[in-house]
Amino acid sequence: MTSDRLRQLLPAFSLAVLLISVFYIQPRTMSYLGLNLLFNLAVPIALATIAQMLIIAVNDLDLSMGAFVSFVACVAATYLRDTPLLGVLILAGAIGVYALVGILIYVRNLPAIVVTLGMSFVWGGLAVLILPSPGGAAPDWARWLMKTKPPGIPMAIVASILIAGIAHFLVMRSSFGVVIRGVGGNERSVERAGWSILWVRAAAYASAGFFAVLAGILLVGLTTAADANIALRYTLLSIAGVILGGGEFTGGRVSPIGAVIGALTLTLAGSFLSFLRISSDWQIGAQGAILIIVLALRVLLNRSKQGAGD
Amino acid sequence: MNNVTLLFHKPWIWSFIAVLSAWVATIIFTGGLGGAGLAQAALTFAAFSVIVGIGQMFVITLGPGNIDLSIPATMTLSATLALKFMNTDGALVLPGLLIALGVGLAVGTANFGLIKLLKIPPIIATLSSSFLIQSTAIWSNRGLRIKPPEVLTDFTTSSVLGVPNVALLSFVLAVAAYFILMRSLFGRWVLAIGQNMRAARLAGVPVDGVRFSTYVLCGVLAAVAGFFLASFSGGAALNMGTEYLLTSIAVVVIGGSSVAGGNSNVPGIWGASLFLFLVVSMLNTFGVGAGVRLIMTGLIIIAVITLAGGRKSMK
Repeated sequence: MTSDRLRQLLPAFSLAVLLISVFYIQPRTMSYLGLNLLFNLAVPIALATIAQMLIIAVNDLDLSMGAFVSFVACVAATYLRDTPLLGVLILAGAIGVYALVGILIYVRNLPAIVVTLGMSFVWGGLAVLILPSPGGAAPDWARWLMKTKPPGIPMAIVASILIAGIAHFLVMRSSFGVVIRGVGGNERSVERAGWSILWVRAAAYASAGFFAVLAGILLVGLTTAADANIALRYTLLSIAGVILGGGEFTGGRVSPIGAVIGALTLTLAGSFLSFLRISSDWQIGAQGAILIIVLALRVLLNRSKQGAGD
Repeated sequence: MNNVTLLFHKPWIWSFIAVLSAWVATIIFTGGLGGAGLAQAALTFAAFSVIVGIGQMFVITLGPGNIDLSIPATMTLSATLALKFMNTDGALVLPGLLIALGVGLAVGTANFGLIKLLKIPPIIATLSSSFLIQSTAIWSNRGLRIKPPEVLTDFTTSSVLGVPNVALLSFVLAVAAYFILMRSLFGRWVLAIGQNMRAARLAGVPVDGVRFSTYVLCGVLAAVAGFFLASFSGGAALNMGTEYLLTSIAVVVIGGSSVAGGNSNVPGIWGASLFLFLVVSMLNTFGVGAGVRLIMTGLIIIAVITLAGGRKSMK
């Protein structure tokens, strides 16, 4: 097997190793209920990771992801439940703002991390205005969506496969995805081919906003209530998920299926510790350690590839 | 006259003009009350942003992609370990400070090690290391608020001739940083790498050594800031560093340093730090809530960077 192929399989391999270890330590997780509990929280993280991946695909980075998902969660737990029409309008407007941010970054040639950093304050502020203290309630349909029990396969797994499939189609198979990755790879050649970089970037940001909105709604479906800080960790988790899934920081080289697997791996890393009876203090540390181990494996694989004369 | 025009061409002058307007606006609103107190509070709180901002500035100067996301975790860990060791014993202040410095040194070394060995972008290296550092802090802190020795509390909360001690400390650090960046060989090397790493390497700049020292410097400054912030605020708390991730980057950008690296200035960090604090307190005196305050802060950061314009893009 070539090291290139190995590298592609690395995300799935890391997830499998973790999953088998969890099964080994606690065989009871090898059930419908167990799997659902293990991966429940991964579903919104996977969606946020896909959103982050779309931004990384055009060589930017979104540091406002966590604040935005929190904002969406607050909207979902208040307006979307009480006055659905207004709620939908607000969320559509938020996606529009995402597109505008993409346009602003491109037109003024601004560093994406600083602009999205600023936006994280804005989303955070809006979330506090909507929900000054934890509360609200999830729309019944969102709760139903996350609590439903399809026969045979747990909802968390079904959702993850669906997200991976749709994102794979959108980013790897559709012409829209090709153009987005092209902008990350070589912006000028895409421009010469007749595409408007402005609109491609706006579209990439808007679709990222769309996936992040889904993440926020489903998160509220899980937790049934929201607060303004509910998803702040998603910023770092989503970046880590993209990288774990085999994405590169530049050049539009991303992998949607890998990103979902990366999100699942990060979620599982947390539960893994509790099965080992290690204090949850180390949960974040375990996620960092896994990130480092996988990146180190990647370096080793690259090195053996170079050693084999490429 | 010529000097005045020259002054207005400095990239950092705008942050100081903004500071003055925010201060005056607040004073006018309160009817002239509390102007001195406000200035003192601004100096105190800005001091901590300045210390972490200087470290972040050196890292950002190294060029596109260079950024340290582990600053908050480093602050928390150094403060926790140092305060735990001192155990409110005033005689142990010096070893405690050394422990904090050691944490910063270790973090900087680890960060650069990851960047170099794993060939990963600094943002990912410092992100993953911050996960580990934060976990270590959580584990050793146990959610307690560890009290600082009284000597340190006294030092950080008192002032000399009306100027808070922490502000003096961070002023000295800023002056040192200015000379290191503008007048020393090391500073010139950092700038050269930020402008063109390839050219710098070909010109014989020890690129790896300089990058290593820069990440260590950033870690050490974050540790120092954490040490004094915990002493000032009555103890090390787990979330004490959180806001400094955004602040450290924001003060560099608002201060007029180029986000793409290779062109930085130290005075702007002071201006931006004072400005950020004064905007918050101005909005506070105007009676707006936390939500509006956050939104305004965000919009100001975006407005400043949009107006200042990006010369080179940075990831």
